[in-house]
Amino acid sequence: MAHYLEFEKPLAEIEGKAEELRAMARANAEMDVEKEAAALDKKAADMLRDLYKNLTPWRKCQVARHPERPHCKDYIEALFTDYTPLAGDRNFADDHAVMGGLARFNGAPVMVIGHEKGFDTQSRIERNFGMARPEGYRKAIRLMELADKFGIPVIALVDTPGAYPGKGAEERGQSEAIARSTQKCLQLKVPMVSIIIGEGGSGGAVGFAAGNRVAMLEHSVYSVISPEGCASILWKDAAKMREAAEALRLTAQDLLKLGVADRVISEPLGGAQRDPKAAIEAVSKAIEAMLKELSKKKPDALIKDRRQKFIDIGSKGLAA
Amino acid sequence: MNWISNYVRPTINSIFKRSDVPDNLWTKCPECGTMLFHRELSENQQVCSNCDHHMNITPRDRFAALFDGGIFTEVKVKDPISDPLQFRDQKKYPDRMRAAQKATGEKEAMLVAEGEIGRTSIVAAAQDFSFMAGSMGMYVGNAFIAGVERAIAKKCPFVMFSAAGGARMQEGILSLMQMPRTTVAIEMLREANLPYVVVLTHPTTGGVTASYAMLGDVQIAEPNALICFAGPRVIEQTIREKLPEGFQRAEYLLDHGMLDRVTDRRKMKDELVTILRMLGGLPPAVAGELPPPAGLDTEFVEEAPVSKTPATAAPKGAVADSQKSAKPVAAAAAKK
Ligand SMILES: [Zn+2]
Repeated sequence: MAHYLEFEKPLAEIEGKAEELRAMARANAEMDVEKEAAALDKKAADMLRDLYKNLTPWRKCQVARHPERPHCKDYIEALFTDYTPLAGDRNFADDHAVMGGLARFNGAPVMVIGHEKGFDTQSRIERNFGMARPEGYRKAIRLMELADKFGIPVIALVDTPGAYPGKGAEERGQSEAIARSTQKCLQLKVPMVSIIIGEGGSGGAVGFAAGNRVAMLEHSVYSVISPEGCASILWKDAAKMREAAEALRLTAQDLLKLGVADRVISEPLGGAQRDPKAAIEAVSKAIEAMLKELSKKKPDALIKDRRQKFIDIGSKGLAA
Repeated sequence: MNWISNYVRPTINSIFKRSDVPDNLWTKCPECGTMLFHRELSENQQVCSNCDHHMNITPRDRFAALFDGGIFTEVKVKDPISDPLQFRDQKKYPDRMRAAQKATGEKEAMLVAEGEIGRTSIVAAAQDFSFMAGSMGMYVGNAFIAGVERAIAKKCPFVMFSAAGGARMQEGILSLMQMPRTTVAIEMLREANLPYVVVLTHPTTGGVTASYAMLGDVQIAEPNALICFAGPRVIEQTIREKLPEGFQRAEYLLDHGMLDRVTDRRKMKDELVTILRMLGGLPPAVAGELPPPAGLDTEFVEEAPVSKTPATAAPKGAVADSQKSAKPVAAAAAKK
């Protein structure tokens, strides 16, 4: 772990101390620190469990945005074989904030689309921090159409702060592109599963998340607006993001109650960023289960069920 | 009317220039500053007669001007769970709702109605920007779906007049879910082969633009309406540069291929009739006055959309009355 979140600072201190002791011992062969270091390890492990037992909604947001969390690219590399990226919207450009292409999942062809945020400064700039432009949504529409034509299931990985609020994006019809992408999801005759792997930021997420099944990682969030944005509008103070995160009910656990998420995928202790392999494995199992459920359904039933799912959302409130 | 605008107003303008104008009598055009009689504004569908600036118009006033004889019937909307998230910011959501209801006299931010325009059956929905900025929550989604279902039952077009600051934050993710929900309804319309026309009015932004407001078979906007996904302020903060003149306004979108037409509100009805009759394979609308349907008190109906007392400018009551008394007659006329 190279990056600790603000609320993990006490943990960072203990883990740092243990590491320091071991480093000293390495430099001085006569020192025996193992007992002391092991005690610190235990303390750190206990603290980690306590910290993650009941994350507040705002802390969930921080975990969901953690830079070392596995991103779309990591999932694609680990989950699929024969991944063949397909680029471009055939109108204007290829949007690097959206990855997508043909691949095999457990040997069977699938179409994968997803937002990619980037992992270092250069790739983050190239990926526009996972904020798609209209071309990204139009590329996704094109790939969904291709999947539909050849009866290939669609897997969407959602991880975006939101659609890009830029001049060109607006001029080229950001709203229309998102609306059409959502519409395309709802038209598919093939199974579509959407997984919120990190941040489900508003309309920019919806365009990929109108699938037959919507799964969320344990510490992912999905919201109409960022807590900071909500706080600055309703509280007139962006620093009230904790309160806003609480009020918005944006955690996977609340969204399951509301019927927006169909399942929550457990993350390793301390979040996906502490054990990306385990997180990816859990996602793999969830995709497998969801696709299996859907594989029995005929095209018309897939469309009908998907529509009914969204029509019914919200009818029971938090009691769902 | 003419003698007022040509002769009286300049004099009145100069008298009232620096003093407080009782606002039950006059409205100052925010664009050109002309003082406008409420009665005149109402007859002009809240468009400035001097500079053609389009001000916000309530769904009821819009429908009164849109439907033949000002006669329309409200379509019932299923009530959603109120305050589904028990949302509370500095105020409680139910308190904000009550305040909006009190201020507007409306139940929620969208009104759905059926009736005839140019003797053409339609279902129309209009968003009320004065009600919590027209924001889209569960009720608005339900209203949209109710309108679509009614249009399918009647086999008639659905016309959507959009106006919204976006999704209603107080309903959190459930407001966001109205994007796919309303899109499902649009798919139902499409499969029934019925026209869906969107009239974008000022302002239409956020999740509303990124769902049902951009999925029309025909996209018309009112002049100078702000239409966007992200608002201009957000964009300026992001790209740190000044945006060009007219950015995200209706005419700008028309230039960029995002709209079919930009049409003056006062010509909207005729245009909708023309388009919808062609899409529906109907003969052209008959120009000029048709003989009134039997039993209909023409004089009363013609007066209905406009309040008889301009000083109070409350056409709402008048419309509701005309609706009650004229409903059976309108239904009879539709059968002809
Ligand atoms: Zn004016």
